[in-house]
Amino acid sequence: MSAVLFDAVRLIDPATGLDRPGRLLVENGIIAGLDMAAGDSVPEGATVIDGHGAVLCPGLVDMRVTLGEPGYEYRETIAQAAEAASAGGITTICVLPNTRPAIDDPALVRLLRALGDETGRLTILPYGAVTRGCAGEDMAELGLLREAGAVAFTDGTRAIADARLMRQALSYAGGFGAMVMQHPEDPSLARGGVATEGELATRLGLPGIPAAAEAILVARDLRLAQLSGGALHLCHISTAETVALIRQAKADGVRVTCDTAPPYFDLNETAIGDFRTYAKLSPPLRPEADRLAICEGLADGTIDAIGSDHMPCDPDDKRLPFAQAMAGGVGLATLLGVTLARVHDGTIGLMRALELLTAGPARIVGSHAGRLAVGAPADLCLFDLERAWQVVAGQLPGHAQNTPFDGRALEGRVIGTWKAGRRVFG
Amino acid sequence: MPDSQRMFANADGSRHLLGLQGMHPTRIEPFLDLAESYVLLNRQRKTQRDLLRGRTLINLFFEDSTRTRTSFELAGKRLGADVINMTVSTSSVNKGETLLDTAATLNAMRTDLLVVRHAQSGAPALLAQKVEASVINAGDGTHEHPTQALLDALTIRRRCGSLAGLVVAICGDVAHSRVARSNIHLLTAMGSRVRVIGPPTLIPAEIERLGVEVFHDMDQGLDGVDVIMMLRLQRERMTGGLVPSAREYFRFFGLDAARLARAKPGALVMHPGPMNRGVEIDSQVADHPEQSVIQEQVEMGVAVRMAVLDRLSRGQDRTDR
Repeated sequence: MSAVLFDAVRLIDPATGLDRPGRLLVENGIIAGLDMAAGDSVPEGATVIDGHGAVLCPGLVDMRVTLGEPGYEYRETIAQAAEAASAGGITTICVLPNTRPAIDDPALVRLLRALGDETGRLTILPYGAVTRGCAGEDMAELGLLREAGAVAFTDGTRAIADARLMRQALSYAGGFGAMVMQHPEDPSLARGGVATEGELATRLGLPGIPAAAEAILVARDLRLAQLSGGALHLCHISTAETVALIRQAKADGVRVTCDTAPPYFDLNETAIGDFRTYAKLSPPLRPEADRLAICEGLADGTIDAIGSDHMPCDPDDKRLPFAQAMAGGVGLATLLGVTLARVHDGTIGLMRALELLTAGPARIVGSHAGRLAVGAPADLCLFDLERAWQVVAGQLPGHAQNTPFDGRALEGRVIGTWKAGRRVFG
Repeated sequence: MPDSQRMFANADGSRHLLGLQGMHPTRIEPFLDLAESYVLLNRQRKTQRDLLRGRTLINLFFEDSTRTRTSFELAGKRLGADVINMTVSTSSVNKGETLLDTAATLNAMRTDLLVVRHAQSGAPALLAQKVEASVINAGDGTHEHPTQALLDALTIRRRCGSLAGLVVAICGDVAHSRVARSNIHLLTAMGSRVRVIGPPTLIPAEIERLGVEVFHDMDQGLDGVDVIMMLRLQRERMTGGLVPSAREYFRFFGLDAARLARAKPGALVMHPGPMNRGVEIDSQVADHPEQSVIQEQVEMGVAVRMAVLDRLSRGQDRTDR
C-alpha cells in the first residue's frame, strides 16, 4: 500500500489533547509519522493530500448502532451501513444485539466482527445480549460472548426491567471486566406510550410516556451498580433529571458512564408536530428544558460519549399513523454535523466534541480506536468545520433514509474517511 | 386559495378539515351561520339540493361508528353527492393493506370528499398528504373530532345566543376523548371559559396549558356552569386500572339531578353519544325535557356536516387534477 501524506491539516486528537496545524504520514495502513516537521522527507510515490486547513482527527467511534443484518436486511445491510458510516467519518461502530437472531451466541459475535472486516471500511464491535434473545429472562453466556469479542452487554433497545436480573448481570459481567448497558426507560411506565407526556402529547392525542420513566430506572440502576460493584452504562440519556442523577452518582464514586444521541441535544419534542414519524424515537423527543440540560451535561463532562443511535427503518414501517410507526432514526451520516452544531453555537469546544465522538466512546468499550498515534491503524476523518450542507431525507448515503433531521442545515462536512490507510469516502 | 376553502385551512394551507386547533373565530362564526341555514333547510319537506351532484363522497371508517357515518351519509345525500360507505376494519387492513395503499386506491377512484374515522391519532393527516380529495376528520384516535365540536357549538349558540362568556364543563374521560380536545380548541377560541372535570387518571397531562381549568370534584366543577358536556366512559377504562368500577365512577363523576342542580338554572346537558346510562349519566337527566339537548345535537350534526361538505367542495374542480 502506498504512503499517504496529509499536508496542511489541523491535527486534533482528543486522546492526547493534540490540536495544531501539521502533517500526518500513513504507511502500510499505519500512522507512520505525526506532527512532522516541514522538512522531513516523504516516501517516494506518496499520495499527498492537501487539507487546506481542514481538521484531521481519528475516525469516529459510534458506540450505538442498530444493524439490519442479520435478520432485517431489507432495512439496511452491513454494506449499506458501512457506506453511510464512511460518509459520516465513522470507522468503528458498536452494534446492538437486537438482530434476528439476537447476538446471544459467541458465533454471532465472531460473525459480525468478520462481516465488518469484510466491508474493508468498518470495524464492527458487537455488544452481547444480556439475556437470551434479549427477552429479559435468562442470562446469556456472558463469559463466552466476552471471549468471542463482545465489548459490553446490553439488551439493546429493550430495558432490563427485572431488578434482580439487572443486579446479577452487573455483578456477573463485572467478573469478566465487562459493563452492562441499559436502555433507561421503565417499561411499565412507558407501556403504550409514543411521545413525552405533556402538553404536546395531550394536544396531539398521543399516548404519553412520563419523562420520569427514564430517571426512575436510572435511579434504580445506579443503586444496583453500587450494590453489585459492577460497571453501568446508561444509553442515550435524554432528560434533565437523568443528567442530575448521573452527575451526583459520579461525584459519589459510582462506576457509571453514559452517552446521548444527537436528537436529544439538537431537537425537542416539537419536531413531532403534525405527526412526523421520522421524529418518532425511543426514548421520545423531550421538551426544550431537557434538551438544554443534555447540552449542559455534554459541556461539563457528565456525559461521556455521543452515539448516533442509528436505527434504520423500512419506509413501510414509518408510513403509518404515528403511534403505529416504528421508532428510530438513522444517524450515521449526520453524527458529526449535528454534534458540530453544538460547537458552532458555543455549547462545547471542538476538542470536547471530538472527544465525545472518538476517545470517549473508545474508552467506554475498551477499544484502541479513536486516537492518533504512531503505530496505530490509520483510521482517519478529514472534515471541513465550516462547510455548509443540508440534510435531505432521500439523499443520504446508505440505504435507510428515516432521518429526524430532514431539512436541517448543518455546518461541518466530512471531506474524506480512511480505514487502515485506505480511502473509503470522499 | 378561495376564502371558502381557507375556512378550514390548516397550518400547511391544505383544504381539509383535520382539526380545530388554531382555527380563528372569524372563520368559525360565519361557518356556524352557514350551518344554521342548513338546519332550516333540513326542516323543510324537500331537502334535496344539487350542490354536490356528480361528486363522490366516501365514508372511510376504520372504526365502527353508526352515528357519525349515518350523519355524514345523510349530509352528503341531501346535497346530491354519490355517497359510498367503506368499512375497512374487517377487510383490507386484515389482508395487509396499509393506509397509504388505501389512499392510492381512492385516488384512482377520483374521490372528491373523504370522510375518515380511524383509531390512530393523525391517520387522517397522513391520508391528507397522499390523497387528492378533501379529507374530513371524523374522529382520529384521541386527537380531534372537529365536526362534533362544531355541532356542539351550533347547538349551544342556538340555545344561548352566543358562545362568548359561557362557562362550559367537559366531564369524564377527557384523556381519551377527541371530542373534548376539539371542543376545548373551539370553545376557548370563541371566548367560552372551559372547565374539565374528572378523576386524575382520566385527565391528560398539562391540559391546563390548553387554556382550561381542571377539577377533580364534580360538585365544585359544575358550580354555576352554563353548559355540561358529558363524555362517554369506555368499558375498557374500568378494567385497565384507570377507574375501579362503574359504580364508583357514577358515584363520583356521574351526572344526576342533584349534581345538575349545582349548575346554573336551565344549564344545557350535552353528550356526544352513545350514552352509558347509569355510568356517566342518569336517565332522568339524559331525558330532561328542557335541559337535555342530546337529540338536538344529532340534528345539528347533519346540518354541520352539510355545511362542511359545502365549504370544502366549493372551488374543487376535477378538471384541474
